[in-house]
Amino acid sequence: MGRFVVRRLLLTIPVLLGASFLIFAMVYALPGDPIRALAGDRPLAPAVVAQLRAEFNLDDPLPVQYGKYLANLAHGDFGSDFHGRPVLDTVVQRLPVTAKLTLVAVLFETIIGLAAGVLAGIRRNSFFDNVVLVSTTLIISIPILVLGFFAQFLFGLKLGWFPIAGINDGWYSYLLPGLVLASASLAYVARLTRTSIAENMSADYVRTARAKGLPNRTVILRHTLRNSLIPVVTFIGADIGALLGGAIVTEAVFNIPGIGRAVFDAVKGQEGAVVVGIVTLMVFFFVFFNLIVDVLYAVLDPRIRYD
Amino acid sequence: MTDQQQRDLRHDEVEAGTQTVLGSPSIDVTDARQNSLWSDAWVSLKRNPLFWIGAFLGVFFVLMAIVPQLFSRGADPRACDLSNSKLPPSGAHWFGYDQQGCDYLANVAYGARNSLAIGLLSVVGVLVLGIVIGAMAGYYGGFLDSLFARVTDIFFAIPLILGALILLRVGPSTGLPILSDRGVGAVSIALAAFGWMTAMRLVRSQVIAVKSSDYVAAARAMGASNFRILTRHILPNAVAPVLVYSTITVGVLIAAEATLTYLGVGLQRPTISWGLQISSGQSLLRTAPHLVLFPSNILSLTVMAFIMLGDALRDALDPRQRS
Repeated sequence: MGRFVVRRLLLTIPVLLGASFLIFAMVYALPGDPIRALAGDRPLAPAVVAQLRAEFNLDDPLPVQYGKYLANLAHGDFGSDFHGRPVLDTVVQRLPVTAKLTLVAVLFETIIGLAAGVLAGIRRNSFFDNVVLVSTTLIISIPILVLGFFAQFLFGLKLGWFPIAGINDGWYSYLLPGLVLASASLAYVARLTRTSIAENMSADYVRTARAKGLPNRTVILRHTLRNSLIPVVTFIGADIGALLGGAIVTEAVFNIPGIGRAVFDAVKGQEGAVVVGIVTLMVFFFVFFNLIVDVLYAVLDPRIRYD
Repeated sequence: MTDQQQRDLRHDEVEAGTQTVLGSPSIDVTDARQNSLWSDAWVSLKRNPLFWIGAFLGVFFVLMAIVPQLFSRGADPRACDLSNSKLPPSGAHWFGYDQQGCDYLANVAYGARNSLAIGLLSVVGVLVLGIVIGAMAGYYGGFLDSLFARVTDIFFAIPLILGALILLRVGPSTGLPILSDRGVGAVSIALAAFGWMTAMRLVRSQVIAVKSSDYVAAARAMGASNFRILTRHILPNAVAPVLVYSTITVGVLIAAEATLTYLGVGLQRPTISWGLQISSGQSLLRTAPHLVLFPSNILSLTVMAFIMLGDALRDALDPRQRS
């Protein structure tokens, strides 16, 4: 197991480097002038342009630029934006907001998704099962953008239950955007749990448990559920990594100052250093949680051994 | 093996001289047709209500994309009158008017063309990239496979919307032909560039699954070239899963296009697009909610059509799921 983890950790390095280089190349290498974009319509003095170009290493060839960036990164220096604000400051300020949003989303996804999936799975082809099937198809089909507006309109504007945007009401203001962010994953969790439970309900060990005379509750909670949860737990684990980096749309619709909003603003303002820094961080989360999921597989299912 | 593959194998055999052409095709035993995967699939599709709903919606929106005039009830989307600004839906104008006083039904109907064009074009891009890279990685294996696997991992780690967002944002300043004009082509390229990975893995696994089968060895023994083996004998096996995947992906990419356009990097005014309609309606949600609700609902129905069709196809084409 230890060797597997080390090998997987080593394999994440090329992915991290490759992804950050890809973004770096898109931001800096494609023709175009970030300094001019910064200046807008007002022409900058040539001396200022030269000084800024030197400061951001824009005159070096791309691999050299990237090498210098990496060297700084090794010292914990993520660079700074065009206003001189360190990227790390932005991350430290924005990350807790996104982390809270992710936490709320994962809670929704786990509680509602699991409950719906289990109830549908143990009574297959019942009325409730069909309701779950139809509603998950609907939820998966509605773009998160539309779902966001719909939630804003119905719960924020018409019913007035939740704030429409912003995070001024503490945890309460995360509930609606959290639910919207969780919606697609919630539907997947429900479907995954349903299929998994339905498959295991006819397994030999479940029949044995029933034959022993165990009450229905114990058979389902102790025997069926435990085995059925393996794919679900791993899905949720991988989803945390994706949610931490994938909340651009939700944060834009609900005006939440998280990391997705920060990267979106940085892309719009062509703040190269901020974009590369935050995307690298997002990729790290994604890769890290996928690694955890792989390890979790071996812990949860004794049949899987990596050595 | 499908009929087409059997015919191809026969063709290879004849070319290699290991078998002569039968004098009369009537004694060809393979002519006694079994139920093929596709005829079985059609039988089960016909019984699936999901398929019929999806097919109806799909045909409806494709028709809307080709001849929007049929759906706009005679109104011209560009004929606007400011005195009608933000009027709510009425019997004569089902979707009301937008802020500039343009008939909204006509605008929403004319928006279908761009959405569907981008959905289809970007799926074609995804398939070309996915099939070429996946087939090479799976067929040649070894170093090439490891290299492509790493590249795929890298692209997988970058969310679709984020990657396309960056590419489209820097696009106009690059001066590159299609990418810089912020049109249908640019959005399709950006979506394909960051959306091909699942197709690649799908094709790669299908290729690996059959590349060591006897009939592939037979084709090779008869001197068929790598290209012929891949295109005629191996890749046809991947048609069913790739078809399911691409149908669903059309829907997913249409949603992604609307999102990118909403975020301001996709299609630009004065193009008529659902993403732009949603984005300009956002600030008017309080006074004229119909400006967001109509394009959103039509967009969702379009996405749903393709996802339902894909789900129905999967149920029909995957024999393991049949009870």
